[in-house]
This record gives sequence, structure tokens and C-alpha cells, in this order.
Amino acid sequence: MLFQQLGSCTLAFFQRLGRANIFLWAVLCGVPGLIFRLRLLIHQVFSVGVLSLVIIVVAGLFVGMVLGLQGYYTLVDFGAEDSLGVMVALSLVRELGPVVAALLFAGRAGSALTAEIGLMKATEQLAGMEMMAVDPIKRIIAPRFFAGVLSMPLLAAIFSALGVMGGYLAGVGLLGVDEGAFWSQMRSSVDFNEDIMNGVIKSIVFGVVVTWIAVFEGYDAVPTSEGVSRATTRTVVYASLAVLGLDFILTTLMFGEV
Amino acid sequence: MQNTRLVETSVGVFVAAGIAAFFMLGMKVSNFNAFSDVEGYEVSAQFENIGGLKVLSSVSVGGVRIGRVTSIGFDQEDYEAVVTMTIDHKYNRLPTDTSASIFTSGLLGEQYIGFEPGGEEAFLQEGDTIFLTQSAIVLEQVIGQFMFSKASEGAGE
Repeated sequence: MLFQQLGSCTLAFFQRLGRANIFLWAVLCGVPGLIFRLRLLIHQVFSVGVLSLVIIVVAGLFVGMVLGLQGYYTLVDFGAEDSLGVMVALSLVRELGPVVAALLFAGRAGSALTAEIGLMKATEQLAGMEMMAVDPIKRIIAPRFFAGVLSMPLLAAIFSALGVMGGYLAGVGLLGVDEGAFWSQMRSSVDFNEDIMNGVIKSIVFGVVVTWIAVFEGYDAVPTSEGVSRATTRTVVYASLAVLGLDFILTTLMFGEV
Repeated sequence: MQNTRLVETSVGVFVAAGIAAFFMLGMKVSNFNAFSDVEGYEVSAQFENIGGLKVLSSVSVGGVRIGRVTSIGFDQEDYEAVVTMTIDHKYNRLPTDTSASIFTSGLLGEQYIGFEPGGEEAFLQEGDTIFLTQSAIVLEQVIGQFMFSKASEGAGE
């Protein structure tokens, strides 16, 4: 009895994983065709990226300021407050920028995508499209997926840049760290290829994973009000867990051997 | 129609802001551009002990950075460390009897190579070796010597 349940759970999990992979392949096949549907893509970048800007800007600025304040209190004990810029920039560019931006993105844009697609399914709009020989994956899913993948690195870059500005405001403006030391130590310690490009790679990976989970959960949702609400919750939980887990793996791969 | 234009404009602004943020990270935060592909001539020097010197550590004269350490090796015949540095082309008037020493910026800071120009007429060129070198001061050794000399003083009295 117990074993039967365990077995059915495992089978269901792998079935779902397989469906998700087949679905991803179908979406990826639909992405090249977006060249002829640029307007659709632009509208999705608007609803996925532009509407997430406010939360990213505010969060980035404040995370940077908190990093600056908190880092200062630790570093000043060792007389090393001149390295505040290095600390703020490295932690933002390598870790916090991609990760926090991805978590906010999952909460703000991922849940909206799932709810929208799930509701389309519940009201049989997707089925209607298929009746009219319009492929819903190409028309609905692919633009949303690609818009998410495109927006995520941009949002993470904005987050990191504003975070550095926030750290600058808190450290130099509020606590009186030397401005020249702040920027010059930062520039001499942060490497373009090693740190910034790896951060960008991270944010692209997170973009793919979060949007994939969001659109799949929507497409695979049970077409009832309860099903859609559950799918939305699952999107946020799974996407956040995936981001945190993947971040650890990517960090050990990228910065492990230093 | 008005609505579409608004959407498209805001997407344009968003993408531009993202790219601008990326460039700001590249230019202002990281060392991109500054000696990232050092064009210059290589000189090498042998040190008994390089302490914590690393590849990409800076080479300076009178506090002004003129190049970077490009590689660090070990000479098995002399049992000394061989440090290869790339010096910017602009600074091509360093005398051949320039001496190189390893300094520490601050008490616990990063280590760098400092040049002290000599008085020769000929200038350093690609592939030259600097003969006058001074090793890094290893703090543990200094403290050890100090304590040893104190102890022997105490024993003498």
C-alpha cells in the first residue's frame, strides 16, 4: 500500500518532468518564428519586463544600501572600510543581483504568466485557437517564454547597477567612506570576464528556468479556478527553489576553483 | 494606436536602461579597459621570495602603475622565483639598472612590484632581465627574527 503510493508518486513526477521537457522543446521550436511576430514579443516584454521594473529598481537600491551599511559596520572594525566598494560590487554582481532579481521576477512576472495562461486554458481559449488551426504554443507560449528570457538579464543588470549606486549612497554619502577608494578598489578587484560575465550567464540561466516553470505550470494547470490558483502558487515555490539550488551549483562551477 | 506606441516606447526605454546598466557595470565597476589587454614590452626579474605576489599584481614607479605581472614561474637552477611583467609602451625610458622590489600596500594590503630607476644611459627593452631585486618582506620571518634577537639579548645579560 505504502509502496504503491510511493511508486505512483515517483511515476507521476517523472511523467510531469517528461511533459515539461517535451513542452520546452516545442516552445524552443516556436522561438525562431518570433521574427515574424515582433509585435507580440514587444507586448510580452512590456508585461513581463517593463512592469517588473519598479520592484527591481526599488529592491536593488535598498539591497545595495543595506549592504553598504552592514558591510561598513563589519569592515570598520578592521580598518578596511575602503574595501566597502569591492564588497558591495562583488556580492551584487556575483550573487545577489541575479538571485534576488530572479526571485522577484518569479514572484512578479512568473505568477502572472501562469495565471494568465492557466485562465486561458480554463476558459478554453487555447482549445479555441487550436480549432482555428493556430498553434497556441507558437502564438501564446513562445513570445512569453522568449520575453522572459530576454528580460531577466536586463533586470539583473539594472538591479546590480542600482545596488552599487545604493551602496555608494549609503557608504560614501551617509557614512563618509572615501569616494576615490570606494571606486578605485572596486575597479581593481572586480574582473569583467570573471565576475560580470558570470553574473550575466547566471541571470540568463535563471531567466530560462523561471519562465519555463511559469509557462509550463500555466499550460499544464488543472482547468478550474482552484487548479489555476494552485499552479500559480507552485510556480512561485518551484521557481524560487530552482533559482536558489541552481545558484549554488553555478557558483561552485564558476568560482569554485579560485 | 496611442496605446501601442506607449507600450513600444516603454519597452525601448527598458531595453536601453538594461544595456546602459550593463555598460555601467562594465566601465565603472570592473577593470574592463584598464590594462585588460596590456600592450607593452615584457621584462623579467628573479626574486628569492615573492611573498604573496600574484599574476595581475601591479608594477609601479613612484606609486604610478605602469604595468602588471603577467606570469610567475620558478627557476630550478637558481632556486628563485621568476616574475614576468608587461610594461606599458608609454614607459619605455626605464634605465637598464632599474631595481625591482616587492612592497606591500599598507600593513596587510596587496603586494606589488615597485621600480626604482637607476642612472644608466641604455633603456630596458623587450625580453630584458632586471638584476637588482629585493625580495618581499615576509612578516612572520621579521617577527621571528625580532623575537629571536630579543631572546638572545635576554640570555646575554
